[in-house]
Amino acid sequence: MRELDVARITEAVAKLAVDACTYLGDDVVAFFEKAAESEESETGKDILGQLLENARLARDTNMPLCQDTGLAVVFLEIGQDVHLVGGDLEAAVNEGVRKGYGEGYLRKSAVADPIGARVNTGDNTPAMLHTRIVPGEKVKIVVAPKGGGAENMSAIGMLKPSQGRQGAIDFIVDTVSKAGPNPCPPIIVGVGLGGTFEKAAYMAKHSLTREVGSTNPDPRLAQLEDEIEKRCNALGIGPAGLGGITSVIDVFIEELPAHIASMPVAVNVQCHSARHKEAVL
Amino acid sequence: MEYKVTTPFTDELIEKLHAGDRLLISGVIYTGRDAAHKRLVALVDKGELLPIDVKGQVIYFVGPTPAKPGEVIGSAGPTTSGRMDAYSPKLLDLGLKGMIGKGSRNDAVKEALKRNKAVYLGATGGAGALLSRRIVAAKVVAYEELGPEAIRELEVEDFPVVVINDMYGGDLYVEGRKQYERGVDS
Repeated sequence: MRELDVARITEAVAKLAVDACTYLGDDVVAFFEKAAESEESETGKDILGQLLENARLARDTNMPLCQDTGLAVVFLEIGQDVHLVGGDLEAAVNEGVRKGYGEGYLRKSAVADPIGARVNTGDNTPAMLHTRIVPGEKVKIVVAPKGGGAENMSAIGMLKPSQGRQGAIDFIVDTVSKAGPNPCPPIIVGVGLGGTFEKAAYMAKHSLTREVGSTNPDPRLAQLEDEIEKRCNALGIGPAGLGGITSVIDVFIEELPAHIASMPVAVNVQCHSARHKEAVL
Repeated sequence: MEYKVTTPFTDELIEKLHAGDRLLISGVIYTGRDAAHKRLVALVDKGELLPIDVKGQVIYFVGPTPAKPGEVIGSAGPTTSGRMDAYSPKLLDLGLKGMIGKGSRNDAVKEALKRNKAVYLGATGGAGALLSRRIVAAKVVAYEELGPEAIRELEVEDFPVVVINDMYGGDLYVEGRKQYERGVDS
């Protein structure tokens, strides 16, 4: 069995948090470039140009892309043949967040007692940690800082099975429509279909780590993603919500079987500053 | 229309602005977001003096990232304005003339803009690195303990915004979207 010191996870989380907040993925940049050509609204084109310039500046000057450097969402896929040594895994991940957000001059946006005093925890901990045990002897770490503006526009619907496919699409498009200019469009629409209440939300979040422009391996879901994307872009929201044909960057769906009585549909909205970086140890 | 404007804002300026106009703002603006607004309005409700005089001023809804050594300020783009809807009308009634943020405002805010001759301005959300370069000086003037949510006095040069809501009821989000909305077969 392979041994891995959790201190290496701390180091990786710290670096990934800073990199994610500073270097926008090539997939998102490529989308902006393409959309700046195809967008019909002059204002929309101008906004997309600003986003490209912002990404360039962030990269060149090591400044966060956005002041909202988010809560630190961390996905760990831990190989079942790995023995983690050297301390508490969860504490190691939080230490990575503390280090990355501190040394990287990222904003600390976590507040304790959320419905009361709302006191800043001071170091952006705790991480929003999701772990999965998988075959193998590697540990995959994804750090996906998640801003509040887009997160606030997310929704989950415990729909009735009778509402069917159309009902699910309507719920998703309606969520995007209501969000309008608030979540910094163009947005990525992360969708979790089926499962239980919490699994649907998890899938919606996890789907956001997919590469922009990639095709869902399930043709049925790929077709559904295209359909939802067309409907969302027809809403006219446009870049920054100022009107245009580019409202959505991509739609990502994950799915699980549901209970015979249930049809959960979770929609996690991701702003255009779609930040995630990964490493394999 | 495009205008170069300086703060503080006057009634004459507000009267000529319409939804969709682009402005380059120079001068002093103040930052404030959720926690600072909550405190300011608590003072208003008690009839006490505010730590800043909002008359004629512009508040930018932003909580920047910390400045690195040698930087004026960190990344500094707008936050979602709707969370300030509960507070903004009271500040507008005290003479606040402009707010910079992103996202829709509610009817109470739009009414307060009309009533007080004021504007709501949009900066590009998620362009914090770009907008940061238009900020030439920054200092905390109140509530330092709130960290990113402290009230800062910023000096800006040609800070780019667009008029979202004017004093005549114009709303760029509504008008812009209507122009590109289309039906789809489903």
